This record gives sequence, structure tokens and C-alpha cells, in this order.
Amino acid sequence: MQDMMNVSYDTLIPNNVGLSSDKQVLKALEKWHPGYINWWNDLIPQNFQESLVYLRTAVSVDPKGWAKFDYVKMPEYRWGILLAPQVEGRTIPCGEHAGEPAWQEVPGEYRNLMKRLIVIQGDTEPASVEQQRFLAITAPSLYDMRNLFQVNVEEGRHLWAMVYLLQKYFGRDGREEADDLLRRSSGSEEAPRMLGAFNEETPDWLSFFMFTYFTDRDGKMQLESLAQSGFDPLSRTCRFMLTEEAHHMFVGETGVGRTIERTCQVMKENGIDDPYDTDRIRALGVIDLPLIQKKLNLHYTLSLDLFGQEVSTNAANAFNAGIKGRYHEHRIDDDHKLTNDTYTVWDFEDGQLVRKEVPALTAINMRLRDDYTRDAAGGVGRWNKIIEKAGIDFEMKLPHEAFNRKIGVFADKLFDPEGKLVSGAEYDAGQSQWLPTHADGDYIQSLMVQVTEPGQFAGWIAPPKVGIDNKPGDFEYVKLAMA
Amino acid sequence: MNKPLKQHLIDPEICIRCYTCEMTCPVEAITHDDNNVVVDVDKCNFCMDCIPVCPTGSIDEWRVVVEPYSLEDQYSWSELPEQEEIVGGDEADTGMEALDEAMAALLAEAHAGAGGKVRAPATASKPTVNLYTIGKPATAKVTGNFRLTAEGSDNDVRHIILDFGGQPMPVLEGQSIGIIPPGTDADGKPHLPRLYSVSSPRDGERQNYNNLSLTVKREEGGLCSTYVCDLKPGDEVQVTGPFGATFLLPSDPDAELLMICTGTGSAPFRGFTMRRQRETPASNGKLNLVFGARRPEELPYFGPLKKVPEAFMHKVFAFSRLEGEPKHYVQDKLREEAGRVSAMLTNPNAHIYICGLKEMETGVEAALDDIARGVGLEWKTVRDAMREDGRYHVETY
Repeated sequence: MQDMMNVSYDTLIPNNVGLSSDKQVLKALEKWHPGYINWWNDLIPQNFQESLVYLRTAVSVDPKGWAKFDYVKMPEYRWGILLAPQVEGRTIPCGEHAGEPAWQEVPGEYRNLMKRLIVIQGDTEPASVEQQRFLAITAPSLYDMRNLFQVNVEEGRHLWAMVYLLQKYFGRDGREEADDLLRRSSGSEEAPRMLGAFNEETPDWLSFFMFTYFTDRDGKMQLESLAQSGFDPLSRTCRFMLTEEAHHMFVGETGVGRTIERTCQVMKENGIDDPYDTDRIRALGVIDLPLIQKKLNLHYTLSLDLFGQEVSTNAANAFNAGIKGRYHEHRIDDDHKLTNDTYTVWDFEDGQLVRKEVPALTAINMRLRDDYTRDAAGGVGRWNKIIEKAGIDFEMKLPHEAFNRKIGVFADKLFDPEGKLVSGAEYDAGQSQWLPTHADGDYIQSLMVQVTEPGQFAGWIAPPKVGIDNKPGDFEYVKLAMA
Repeated sequence: MNKPLKQHLIDPEICIRCYTCEMTCPVEAITHDDNNVVVDVDKCNFCMDCIPVCPTGSIDEWRVVVEPYSLEDQYSWSELPEQEEIVGGDEADTGMEALDEAMAALLAEAHAGAGGKVRAPATASKPTVNLYTIGKPATAKVTGNFRLTAEGSDNDVRHIILDFGGQPMPVLEGQSIGIIPPGTDADGKPHLPRLYSVSSPRDGERQNYNNLSLTVKREEGGLCSTYVCDLKPGDEVQVTGPFGATFLLPSDPDAELLMICTGTGSAPFRGFTMRRQRETPASNGKLNLVFGARRPEELPYFGPLKKVPEAFMHKVFAFSRLEGEPKHYVQDKLREEAGRVSAMLTNPNAHIYICGLKEMETGVEAALDDIARGVGLEWKTVRDAMREDGRYHVETY
């Protein structure tokens, strides 16, 4: 690692933050960089590290410059520090400082709150790469393998983005936090990742697609609200990250969609109309629709937990301080202070689920979660169109948000996917129809085989409609290094 | 009847509603409801900022319409409507090539030699057309003007480099741009633009620069060619376009190309070759060039061409005025290459491109006819099938 110290970071790290003239931050990043490269090299199996992957790299932040496609070995991917262009005269969009000029430095009174938010966001980025580290071994095609690696390198870049903020604006504390981001590790006993959902392994590709659809979408919503921050460097960072996050949503939505499409196609080809005829369907090597629904139930509800308590003073404080806005704050037509407004949240009173008006300020999490649910429902509608087109009588549904929750008012109580409170016996009886069982997991696992012939796909998934970067169907998205 | 226009649309089946395009659009032409993300035809100015930011490829959809689709139409879609047959039906009427009557007519004329309705190669990238018009041209700066033919030759062919600075100029190999000569005609009206094929690849004459090159021959008394050939570095030029939506390079790296040209007809093929060199430099045996000129000194890019390895591109030159040699024309060389050419006639991955002076068409057609007959094929049938399949392209003037 000796030569790492001599690398010219001004050319190695594409950046639009003037790193070369910012000696202190440059030095901090130089100290951090070898640890990052070690982390990356230890993570993903070696033969993939040496393979040429057709990746998109951002070379600048204007629309023309951030989608350059080329073959790259992943360790040579140019992880850059890229902030969306500064908006002249930008003001704090919400809370008690609304309308004042946006902060270019961290205001002392909010330092800890802000650092905490950045650290939590930063912690999820490497965590998801860790969770997905072995998936390439069972990639259903080179196309999918490329998409996985694209997601991975961009999550890596998002870690860089957060580390830059920590090192630039939070001094010694920030440097320590940046080091801890590499010290913690998903699923570790001693130093796990901060959020529960990021310590679960991603065992198979359907889980990966569900994760990118539902859990990365939580990440997208968090980035959306941080993009509204009054702390301008954080806002600019998150705005640029969102353009990359869109690709992750794409991988999830089309991945689940292609799985559904293939199942429907194989059912039709074999004259099976009943989606619940699962033994026959599984004998044909595709994933039955009821099992896909069970995976959906699981990943959606796990992701809802990431939004925290329905009523939260922390969230109220962050909004009021102007550190974190609402989804599309700039398009909401109100006073952006919420001092006298209310918002409807779920509560649980006298054994009943009730809707209750609470001060809107305290319901910031709930509002973001509602926006999330609306956003997530869109793709489910598209999946149903695929099923409908195939003429199969089945409909995917988001379960009731009370189902399978560990955080918030619904935690510690048993609900069915329709949101009905059920007894322990009823829950036990229904559970295997609502959530994936171990046997379901084993079945999905049995389908996971690596396919490395360009243009070929594993039997359980349909090819995409359009190639990445408009490439033809048999394009060699990954040139695999021989192991 | 309203004049047909080209409308930018988003494919709702492919789009995942991430709204990245909407956030990127500088004129707020893109908007959404709970169902679809849509483009407002009245606001979209074809700046193309939304194209690279889309993670899905759903954004690059275009329809020629008489009556544009409203926002409500687009919100209600679950799939993109097919391109409707526009009354009149052919290239010049639909304006797919150029959306500009004069330019479309010129291109239709140039493509007439293909013998029917031409189509783009199936895997070609989607071209942008008519981004700049006579009313709203782009201003390019000349950054180079080099003579390609030997000093002693009476044939003056120039390599002109134009830089577009901050203005987007998304050209694909094989497309043309219009140059507006300054001044006015006898009636006091501004001159119409003249079309020139771009001779550089899509990512710039110099890679990742927003520039392109043209290959222009000085015509005796030619108003525009004289203007262009006399340009000096630093001069500013008014440009329209890009134009052309069928004479394009297939993106499929396995596509085999037979490129037949004379003189400045080599311009698009220089773009094709450079694109392939930058994209798939290790791909051998896919390119074939048959190039005719009077003498080597008058063959544009003769020097650089000779440096392209034979394995990467098979090159055959036909010289018609070589001292002490019989006259050779491209059709003669085609006949000499009959084995190679006839194999391409039955190869579903093969594309034939012809570019140059109108006069070359007859000779080339006759040679191809003979070669086809030699292997028991009927040329017209082969040609029509290839054309229908987007694999036969003629651009002559």
C-alpha cells in the first residue's frame, strides 16, 4: 500500500470541490483512502475484481457528463466527490430559519444533530455492498451482474460523499466517524451496521431486487429529505446522489418485473392458469407469484421500519432546524414551518387501530413514510400489468403497514396483511402464507445459478426490454477474468 | 393539414418514475402524475439534457405526429403508441429525417438510390434531428481547416473542424449538418443552408470535445463550398441540424460493414471507422472499405487510412487516373472482391453503405447485380430485403 500515499488525488479522485487547494481535507482523505481500497478489495471475490465491467462513471455533474459508459475494473472505478452545482442565493427551505440564506458551514447549535444524520446515511452505503458481496457468484446473466456491480460502486461513491462531508465540516470528530464507517460491518457481532435492516444478508437475487426496490427506496426518500437541507453542501451532495440512486430503483423494479414476467410466461406455455398451483409451477423452475408476494410483504415491511417512530421529536427538531426537509419540500405550497398544522397518523387505542390528528411537526417521519408508500405502489401497479397482460388472475399488493412491524405503534402486536389484529394462533396459522418460509428460501436458492454466456439468462428470469446504454441483447456487459 | 412535427415521449412500460429527468429538465417540460412521467410538447426544446440521466432508456422515444399527444393522453397510457402512418407516408413528408422541408427534400433525394423506403439499422442509436433551424441556428467556431489533397492537385478537399462550445450538438456518425452561407440571394433573402456529412464520431473529432469535422470539396463557383473552404480558425459559422435518421452506424459490434465511396463520400465512413476504433478497437474482420478517387494524392485521408490495420478494416482503393495504369473504378474493385461481397449478401449481420456522387450508383448497382447473379441470387430481391431490414443505405448527391 506504500505507493497509495503518493497518488495524485487531484487526478485520481474526480472532484468538483477544489480538493487540490484544500490541503487539510485532502490530507484527511489521503489517510482514509487506503482503508477504503482495502475494504473494497477484501469484500468482493477476487475474480470479479479483475473482470472488466461495463460501468457508468460520473465525470462531471452536468447532465452530459455523469453517464459515461466504459469497461472498468472495479478497483479502478473513479470514486469521485461530486456535488450538484451551487444554486445562487439558495435559502433555507423549511423550519424556523426558512427564508434565511442557506448555510455554507455547519451552524454550531446543530452540529451534533447534523453529524448524526450524515453518519447514519453514510453507514447504510457500505452496508448494502457488504450484504450483496456474494451475489455475483449466482448472477442470472452478465447483464444482471453488471447492474449489481453498478449499484455496488455507486453505493461506494455515496460513502465517499458522506465521508467528504464528515472530514470537511466536522474536524476530528468527523474523521473518527469516517474511520468508524469502515470499521463497522454488516452482520458483525462486535461492530454491526447501525440500522437493523442493513445487517441481514442478501441471500439471493429476488431478495436483491426486493431490497433495491423497497429498501433503497427508503434511502432515496432519506436523500430526498436531506437534499432539502438548509446546510448547502449536504443538499448539493444528496441532489447528485439521487441521480445515481435512480439506477438502483431501476434494477429493483425491472428485476422483480422480469421475474414475474418469466413466471407468467412459463405458466402460460404449460397451460397453468392457477397461480396457486405452486408445486407444478416450481417443478418448472420459476418462482410462483404467491412466493413473490410473500417476499414483497417481507421487504416492504422491513423497509417501513427504517422510517422510525410515527411521532418523533427528533424528526421535528431536524425539520424545525432546517436540517432535513420534506419530500419535494420546494413544491409544497404551505408556510414550510408547520407551526399550527396537523397531520393524520396511525395510533392504537383500546385495542383498535385509529387515525389521529397530531401536530404536523412531530409527524415528519410519518409523512415521509406515506410519500414512500405512494412511490412504492407505482411499481406494484406495473408488475400487476405484466400479470394482467399474461391473462393470469392474480394481483400483487402492498400489505397493510401494520403487518410485521418491529418499530412504531404496530410493534409487538400481531396483524395480518390486511391490517386486522389477529391472535397468536391465527398468526401462526397464517404466517407461512404471508411471509417466506425457510422452505421457500431453499427453493429460491436452488434456482440461483450463474449464467455467463452473453445474452443468456437463468430460467427463472426474463431478459430486459432495453439494454444498458442501448446495447444489443447479447452485449458482453462483464468480461469475466478467468478464476 | 398541420405540418407533422416530432414529439418527445417517454415509454411508460420501461420508465420507473424516478423523476430524474423531471429534475434535470431546465425548462420544466417534464411532469408526472401517479401513473406516468410525461413531456409537454409545448415546452420541450430538444436540449437532450434528460437523455443521459435516464437510468432506463425509456426517455429516448420520438414520434412524428400531426396532432401532438396531450399531457392527458400520455397520463392515460400503459404502453407507448406505435408510430402512426402519416399521410403521404414517405421520408420527406414525415420529416423523420430532418423535420425541415428543404432539408428533408434534400435527404430524400440523396437516399433515392436505395430504391425504396429506407430504414435505420435496427441497433443504431436514436438520432437527434433538427435541433437547430434556420430561425434558430447554432454558432460554431472554426478551430481548424486543413487541405487533404496534394498541393499540386486541382482538387481542393478540406478537413474543417467546428467547435460548438457550450451548445449541445448531438450528432451520430452518418448524420449531416447544414451550413448557412452568409449574405443574401438575388431576391434579398438569406441563403438556405447546404448539407455536409459529418466525418467525425459522436464523441467529437477530438474525443470528449464538443467538436466535429466536415470533409468539403471546393466546387467551381460553389457559393457555400467556397465559403467553407476559405474559413479561417476563429471564424464563426451558422449551423443547422443535425439531419438524417437512416444512414447510421449499427451499434451491434458484430455488424459487418461494406462501405463504398468516392471522394468526399468518405466522410461518413471516417466517422464510422473512428467510432469502431474507439468502441471496439480489438474487433477484427468486420469493416470493408472500397474507395475510389482519381489519384492517391486526391483521395481524402489516404495517409491516415493506410495506417488503419488491414485486419481491422479491409481496404481496397480504385484509382481512375493513375499514370501508366488502366482506369479502375469502385465497381471494378467490387467485382475483384466478389467472394467477400457475395458472402455479405447472405449474411444477416452485413450492412452495405454507398456514398458519393450520383454517377457512381449505376456502376455499383451493376457490379452488385453481377456478383449476386454469380451466386444464384437476384440483386433487387436481396437489396429490397436488406433495405427493409435497415441494412442497405445509399447517400449520393
